[in-house]
Amino acid sequence: MLYTNLKHLESIADHNKAISENENVMVVCGRMGPMCIPVYGIAEELETEYRHVKFFDMEFDNPISEVIRTLPEVRGFMGIPFTIYYKNGKVVKATSSIQTKDQVKTILNKEFSVAVTV
Amino acid sequence: MDTNNHYDAIIIGAGPAGLTAGIYLSRARMKTLIVNEGTVGGQLVLTHEIANYPGVESISGYQLANIMKKQAKSFGCEIIGNVFVKNIDLSGEIKTVTLSDRSVITSDALILSPGGRSRTLNVEGENNFKGKGISYCATCDGDFFTGKEIVVVGGGNSALEEAVSLTKYANKVTIVHQFDHFQAFENAVDEARKNPKIHYIMESTITAFHGKENLESVDIKNLKSGEIYNFKTDGTFIFIGYLPNTEFLKDKVDLNKWGEIVVKNDMSTDIEGVYAAGDSTAKRYRQVTTAVGDGTVSALAASGYLNELKVKQKQLITI
Repeated sequence: MLYTNLKHLESIADHNKAISENENVMVVCGRMGPMCIPVYGIAEELETEYRHVKFFDMEFDNPISEVIRTLPEVRGFMGIPFTIYYKNGKVVKATSSIQTKDQVKTILNKEFSVAVTV
Repeated sequence: MDTNNHYDAIIIGAGPAGLTAGIYLSRARMKTLIVNEGTVGGQLVLTHEIANYPGVESISGYQLANIMKKQAKSFGCEIIGNVFVKNIDLSGEIKTVTLSDRSVITSDALILSPGGRSRTLNVEGENNFKGKGISYCATCDGDFFTGKEIVVVGGGNSALEEAVSLTKYANKVTIVHQFDHFQAFENAVDEARKNPKIHYIMESTITAFHGKENLESVDIKNLKSGEIYNFKTDGTFIFIGYLPNTEFLKDKVDLNKWGEIVVKNDMSTDIEGVYAAGDSTAKRYRQVTTAVGDGTVSALAASGYLNELKVKQKQLITI
């Protein structure tokens, strides 16, 4: 179980609904570990700043994470969390392991570009 | 001075020391702001289970940090996360902090609790293969290396304990360590020595990481002979200790040779009105409980300083 304040994706149906009903989606797939927790924290903080993006997490050890583990974009990834960015249901970016807030913001600004007041 | 951006106290760092100081100061009706570079909670959030925090039988570090954050906020403490200190001026009575988002904040008292971080090797290729063969967490990423051959860098307790735990997954674990002996406790060394999957390359260090998409090999330098050779590996786990996050305080406040902040018994530094608490201070034991204790003492001392300052300022107005 992930003890975060993000919305949890707990089934494949949840995942498919999230990426089909929202234009811009970020999913952090990980565990409650030192590489993942900072990324959940960043996502939680950015929720208010990037209202046009929906932020979710998914438990890496839940079998449903297969929807992420089997993506071609994560081939070769050897560090959690796997963070996936979807635009209109398609993967536009994927990262492996811990990221900084600046790295995440750079991706959000590039892939989900909308003028954001910082 | 912009009064909106002026605080009685600014706390730099939102680990257990900083959050505790925030709880005490804001509860004492001091206008308090905590600024934090990473996730609120610091190293505390990275602890899976805390079973030795008095009064709480068992809790995850993440949950405990969230409770501390909620407590601080409930007393009016402001918290800004994921910003870093760009510049700090402690020379005057008013302390000035410039943040990475370009905002400038000031305060009468300052508490430094920036904590520490995992040390990296800082060599060629390290950033490129993070998450693609290089890891700093065995419990997070160990299973990606099932059936593979890996390297563990370090010679302390974490390195040896994690090397043993990684043998659950990897076929072969090679420990690379810069000295001819380990700094770890004897029992950790014994456990590693008993494990047939663990091999050793002593008095050596990694100087570069190589690969195409993923890590494929490392360059290892023998520190005695100076010889550098290439070593094939599927992954590298790095456990070489912690560094205090005090680079921004160099030449601003008294630091010891390890970069730790030197404090007196009341957690005051060599600068009037500036206090320090937690893992970034010079001390022997680093636990959540000691950080909380430091945070309490620093906040009480800072409160005393602020109250005296307010009395002085009132006297000046009435003269």
